[in-house]
Amino acid sequence: MSVLNFLSNLKNRYANPWQLQSFGIMGMNQRNVNFISRFNQRKLFPLVDNKLKTKKIAIEHKVKTPNLIGVVENQQDVKNIISILKGSKAFCIKPSRGSGGKGILVITHAEHEHFIKGSGQVMSTHDVQRHLSNILAGLFSLGGKPDIALIEDLIHFDHVFDGYSYEGVPDTRVIVFEGFPVMSMMRLSTQASDGKANLHQGAVGVGICIRTGRAVRAVQHNEPVKYHPDTEKDLATLKVPHWTEVLTLASSCYNMSGLGYIGTDIVLDERFGPMLLELNARPGLAIQTANNAGLLPRLKLILALPNRHSMSISQKVQFSMQHFGVFNS
Amino acid sequence: MASRGVFYVVTLALFIAGLLLIIYQHLTFQIPVFPGKKSEVWTVEAKIEFEPSANTAATIDFAIPAIQPNFTQLKQNTSSLGYGTSYIQKQGANYIQWTKRNPIGLQTLYYRADFLYDANANNSSMTVPEIEESVEGEPYATAMDEINDAAYSKSSNPYSYAVQVINEINKKSETTSLLLSKYTKSDLVVKILNRASIPARVVTVLELEDGRRNRSLKNMVAVFDNTSYELYDTTTGNSGINSNQLIWTNHGSSLLDVQGGTNARVSFSILKNSVATSEAGMLLASVEKASGSDIVSLSIDSLPIEEQSVFKTILLLPIGVLIVVFLRIIIGIKTSGTFMPVLISMAFLQTSLVVGLIGFISIVCIGLIVRSWLSYLNLLLIARISAVIITVIAIIGCISVLTYKIGLTEGIKVTFFPMIILSWTIERMSILWEEEGYKEVLVQGGGSLFVAVCAYLAMNSLIIQHITFNFLGLQLIILSLVLIMGNYTGFRLSELKRFKPLAVQIKENLNGDNTEIEAKTLNQKIKDLKNNPQATLKKWQEEQNQNNAKNGKEDK
Ligand SMILES: Nc1ncnc2c1ncn2[C@@H]1O[C@H](COP(=O)(O)OP(=O)(O)O)[C@@H](O)[C@H]1O
Ligand SMILES: [Mg+2]
Repeated sequence: MSVLNFLSNLKNRYANPWQLQSFGIMGMNQRNVNFISRFNQRKLFPLVDNKLKTKKIAIEHKVKTPNLIGVVENQQDVKNIISILKGSKAFCIKPSRGSGGKGILVITHAEHEHFIKGSGQVMSTHDVQRHLSNILAGLFSLGGKPDIALIEDLIHFDHVFDGYSYEGVPDTRVIVFEGFPVMSMMRLSTQASDGKANLHQGAVGVGICIRTGRAVRAVQHNEPVKYHPDTEKDLATLKVPHWTEVLTLASSCYNMSGLGYIGTDIVLDERFGPMLLELNARPGLAIQTANNAGLLPRLKLILALPNRHSMSISQKVQFSMQHFGVFNS
Repeated sequence: MASRGVFYVVTLALFIAGLLLIIYQHLTFQIPVFPGKKSEVWTVEAKIEFEPSANTAATIDFAIPAIQPNFTQLKQNTSSLGYGTSYIQKQGANYIQWTKRNPIGLQTLYYRADFLYDANANNSSMTVPEIEESVEGEPYATAMDEINDAAYSKSSNPYSYAVQVINEINKKSETTSLLLSKYTKSDLVVKILNRASIPARVVTVLELEDGRRNRSLKNMVAVFDNTSYELYDTTTGNSGINSNQLIWTNHGSSLLDVQGGTNARVSFSILKNSVATSEAGMLLASVEKASGSDIVSLSIDSLPIEEQSVFKTILLLPIGVLIVVFLRIIIGIKTSGTFMPVLISMAFLQTSLVVGLIGFISIVCIGLIVRSWLSYLNLLLIARISAVIITVIAIIGCISVLTYKIGLTEGIKVTFFPMIILSWTIERMSILWEEEGYKEVLVQGGGSLFVAVCAYLAMNSLIIQHITFNFLGLQLIILSLVLIMGNYTGFRLSELKRFKPLAVQIKENLNGDNTEIEAKTLNQKIKDLKNNPQATLKKWQEEQNQNNAKNGKEDK
């Protein structure tokens, strides 16, 4: 009897691996062995782990990113910060090798050496310089390695997403495989995630239909949700504007970086449209849960395409929109 | 994919080569695949204390055990501060001699030796003693003859004669109490036997009992019949020697001679170790090698014992690595640092599990507290990690001194922990704490400990140790297993739990306008594409053109 109990308990808590396989769900080992190590060359990793390098190749390949105002590389630059800013009124300072939003300073208005933060708090030049010194000292970078700071134009987030996110601004993650947009999701920060867009900290993940840009479904902590937990907004009504443009931008990141399997983070600026924020060479697997679908069938369909290397970016985007859609219109 | 094919061939070749090597060793050197029963190794420590006389040099001669049946001496060493030591022979008996010019205060000397219990050993260095012509005065001579007469009539050979003599002496009578007032019991037995022209001698015996301290030697009488002999216990009259009795002196000479000192006393402590028989065999082989008789010539066995033990730890390492790879790739346990758990488990091997766990947890906890204070100082990485290393060393120092003071000698073993690795662990965990919260620290820290304990249990297992030490081919097999696991693309056990809600959702809900599970649709498309690429691509292109036309119309 207890053996039966144990077995049914096991069945309730663990998925059947063959069923997962038949749904095409991708596991960590599968991702590492068959996609990351096969399609992402090790030597290209620094391109995405270092935001300055990413930005440089993006400019080279005419991929839209927030305009780079300046770089702070040493204490001398910290002293000269006012001249580096060239009179910019709204900008964002971030560590080149930071992650998870650490060390990001958003200045919405600068006037007479007074800097107003996104939260409304006022900083003096001295405060900004201290923040820059901390970035240089490696306070925000992985493993505490010395770093440099980037200063770029402030993104004026498109208001279509107002109410979908608590505090932070939503960005769109598109997985791109050899130039084909494969799967997409939007990460909405919540009170539980402390305004950060990290799913395992309690942010909401919304799967996005590749054909239409419409929300497929939303999950928080691995479980489906219908409404945003803080703003009560109906998440099913979410639709990303300029969708084809978003996918085209994502797709062009393949030619730009040379990495076959990447996650691209894209934000919508109300004046300039979709812009690339950052790339990730080891994109996570939670996107499958947000989309209620496995990645593997989509990836395999692309691998089965005999002419995929000769397709143009727009052909690749068209192909993805044709086959990876959930909504017909 | 050609490279994949080559990979499998190489892996298979490694596996087969390893297997063949094991079979070869098994067949040619007769090494059993599983360890046989265990053998006992007794460690005996003799402690000699004496008070030196003022302003004289001290020479201490201490008799050490000779060759005897049932026991083989594996190694011996001494510890004695400021003394010169040498092994000497006096009247055909083996002694260790300690010498010092001018000792001051109570002196303590140690002699330590390991003895393997070995029922096959039957050599003996005992010599037949000469019969002393006794010139015994009255009334003792008469009393002895009385006992001899009684014993003679009731016995048939020297051995039964000896038993009768002991029985007579043990009877409470006037005769015996008279004799025992002059001689000790065992001396008396020897004297009486000598009077009857039977060679006999007093030998001293140590009774081996595990974990005993402050033991002393016990006298027994060896009775000879030509060149063979029997040992007799003078209080019980029992003959023979038990398997736990070690003959310490087998000659009539003294146990301890101290020149230049007084109040000398000897005490013994005894410890038993069980070792796998094969290992004991290896120890034995190396002893015989030292004495010149080369019987086994196997690679590792030919190394000196000390080097062997180093080599053994190295050979065990792949076992730990295998466990880590398995737990991370197949089970999906999160650890902090890839191979940190293996190094921790190597430390556990030295410290024993409980001491190791307590030591590890306390070092990491204290380290994390100190590290959280360091993070206020905004130090650079190198300075910070150096500070953590020094802290770890300080913690280890404190723990070992404190526990030693309290009397827990086990505490000193925390020094076996790899300090640099521990420091990095603390650094990494503290960053993890700041970035992801304490839960993640508990998950990864607990995961690392769990993996370390698993690796420890595997490396500490007698069977696994036996196989790794004896069969080098196992290393090749481990290598091939690691390679295979490195190519495993299936799900981790932890992912089965992680994706359970997803599996339930996919099964129960269709997305958007889908009419069947997406995987099904796409798999059909893949099949079409593979069977007939040209036609399928054309069909899709037409579909797309139609859609574009439709959308174009809508736009207008
Ligand atoms: N130029 C910018 N203007 C406004 N907000 C920004 C800008 N750059 C980044 N952010 C904010 O910071 C968050 C993290 O930025 P990102 O570049 O992704 O760094 P990280 O690697 O730390 O995640 C973004 O989601 C966005 O909310
Ligand atoms: Mg980001």
